[in-house]
Amino acid sequence: MNDFWIIAEGSLVAVSCGMLGVYLILRKMAMVGDAISHAVLPGIVIAYLVAQSRSSFFTLLGAALFGLLTTFMIELFYKKARIQQDASIGITFTWLFAIGVILVSAFSGNVDLDQECVLYGDIAYVPFDILYLFSTDVGPAPVWLQGFNLLAILILLRVGHRGFLITSFDPSFSSGLGIKTDAWHYVLMGAVSFTVVLSFNAVGAILVVAFLVVPPATAYLISKRVETMMAYTVLFGILSAVGGFYLATWWNASISGAMAVAAGILFMLVFAGKRLSVKQRKALAISDLSTNS
Amino acid sequence: MGGNFTWVMIGCALIGAGASAVGVFSFLRKQALVGDAVAHALLPGVVLAFMFTGQKDIWILFPGAFVAGWLGLLSIDIISKNSKIKPDTAIAIVLTVFFAIGIVLLTHVQQSNYGNQSGLEAFLFGKAAAMLPADITLFVAVDAALILLILLTYRYLKLYSFDPDFAKAIGLPVKGIQFILSSLTVLAVASGIQAVGVVLMAALIITPAAAARFFTGRLSHMIILAMIIGIVSSLIGVYISSLALSMPTGPWIVMVLSIIAIMTFIFAPGKGMLQRSRKRKAHQQKVRRENLLKLFYALGENNKEEFYSRPQLLRSRRFQGRELEFLLSRMTARGLLLRKENRYGLTATGKSEATRVVRLHRLWELYLNERMNIAPDHVHHDAEAIEHIITPELERELLKDLDYPELDPHRSEIPGIKDMQR
Repeated sequence: MNDFWIIAEGSLVAVSCGMLGVYLILRKMAMVGDAISHAVLPGIVIAYLVAQSRSSFFTLLGAALFGLLTTFMIELFYKKARIQQDASIGITFTWLFAIGVILVSAFSGNVDLDQECVLYGDIAYVPFDILYLFSTDVGPAPVWLQGFNLLAILILLRVGHRGFLITSFDPSFSSGLGIKTDAWHYVLMGAVSFTVVLSFNAVGAILVVAFLVVPPATAYLISKRVETMMAYTVLFGILSAVGGFYLATWWNASISGAMAVAAGILFMLVFAGKRLSVKQRKALAISDLSTNS
Repeated sequence: MGGNFTWVMIGCALIGAGASAVGVFSFLRKQALVGDAVAHALLPGVVLAFMFTGQKDIWILFPGAFVAGWLGLLSIDIISKNSKIKPDTAIAIVLTVFFAIGIVLLTHVQQSNYGNQSGLEAFLFGKAAAMLPADITLFVAVDAALILLILLTYRYLKLYSFDPDFAKAIGLPVKGIQFILSSLTVLAVASGIQAVGVVLMAALIITPAAAARFFTGRLSHMIILAMIIGIVSSLIGVYISSLALSMPTGPWIVMVLSIIAIMTFIFAPGKGMLQRSRKRKAHQQKVRRENLLKLFYALGENNKEEFYSRPQLLRSRRFQGRELEFLLSRMTARGLLLRKENRYGLTATGKSEATRVVRLHRLWELYLNERMNIAPDHVHHDAEAIEHIITPELERELLKDLDYPELDPHRSEIPGIKDMQR
């Protein structure tokens, strides 16, 4: 049963991150996702220190605030100080992450957080954090939380589908239509920071980026429509969670790390397959030409 | 601490210097985040080197890191060149997947019997205190090589960084230059992990270069300045982290570095955020002022009156009530406007200023019409923007070029021409 819950949590993380990641990739903002996932760390630590508990509400609030602060700072440096975008991303997230690590080291006595948890989370402990509803065991709380978050993301993407789509593909056209491009941007970033925080305990700060970016990128290779890309993302996300779990138990290593590695292997396979088929098609076209002439 | 502390300081200063110098090139080629990916990609190399040899000597881990870093760079290149995946996504993929492989290996090592592995984790966040004099010799060697390489190939690197297409067109070995730059990046990053750790290495590459850019436009100055910033923040960071026992070095170096950089972004003379916004506000004020002067001039042309009430001024729809109020009081105080009961008119200075702006506007309209062959009904917008910018020198050139004209394309008088000296 424990295995089931770990895989369930992994799949939920992979699917919720992946669905948001689709838009991050389409907006060429993959590295902004990376930045947010690093920069929520100080938010989480400060929330711990202020609330003196691991209460998810405060953590979520703190982290979501820092996630938005990150996007805001990146925009500020980019627009007001005219620093090129990649550099402003790099400067912002390294600074915030450094603050987070310093806080963790300084208050490691008071905070139930260590550097390992920051890096790769502890998905193996997920099954033991059981939620009791009317004193019956209904399964681990994190899985429920992640499930509700996925539901919220699905509703958000369903309701905002057209908005996200048009602001991703043609921002100037959409602002010409009077659509609030900035508002959609911040809604997406808010959702990303929220999801990153929820996934933080399970997979840590850096590996969550793997779930944000790798399955959607794999799907991007073989799809031409956003809907197909979403579907493939869900498929690849679940496959990496399941595959990663068995890889980790077989090789006795970090489960979340192995899930990210599995996602990477999937990417490599699809990438190689795509390359092969392109080459074959080219060869076929050339032989067609030569037989016709 | 004692004697070893000096060594740690020297080591970190060297690391800071090397990474900052190389970072300038990554920054200029807009590839700042590649350094981040390379740093993360080193981790599996470090752990694998440990797994095969069972040793934690930096001389053994370094080659492992170097190879893994190169593989990471190559993967980014292959992915973004052979598919529709954009470079930033490729960077993110390589970064996380390589890092995940490293984490998997690391946890595998920790949970198995590989002898004394404790301390490998110091590579994640940097633990400069663990540096030994033997390690310093490595950094001396690496950074000497880095700087020598930059000096030897400086002219090519410079040309390539600013204009790769031109470099290719004049027959420079672009592939070779790329190879050198990539090797420089990997070397700098690999030598930096001991001090800053893989996660924060990006800061040492990007941040000094970004800050240095605010003070100079010359590549050589930028490199030297970035190196100074890198060295100073490394030294301060190491010192602060040495004050408490459990403090990792990396975050403190990055902290000092970021504070220096952010202060620069805000307060730097010329390009800083404060000065930029001050300049912009001043210009906006000037534009508004000159627009109001023009309005007075235009009213005077049509009505032959000297003083106008607020409703008359507002009727032009060029100003909003509050804005007009502000301008009126400001410009009266400046001696551009005169107040008579509730009406306003131009002073002598105001009049000559207004004449100047109107003259520039109409001169430019004429210039566009005569020299650029733009139809008279299309020239107004352009002139509206440029009339606030044209300098006296430019005005003289325009007058000379158009031979002191008297009428603009709309057959309105260009004022004040007679007073201009031929």
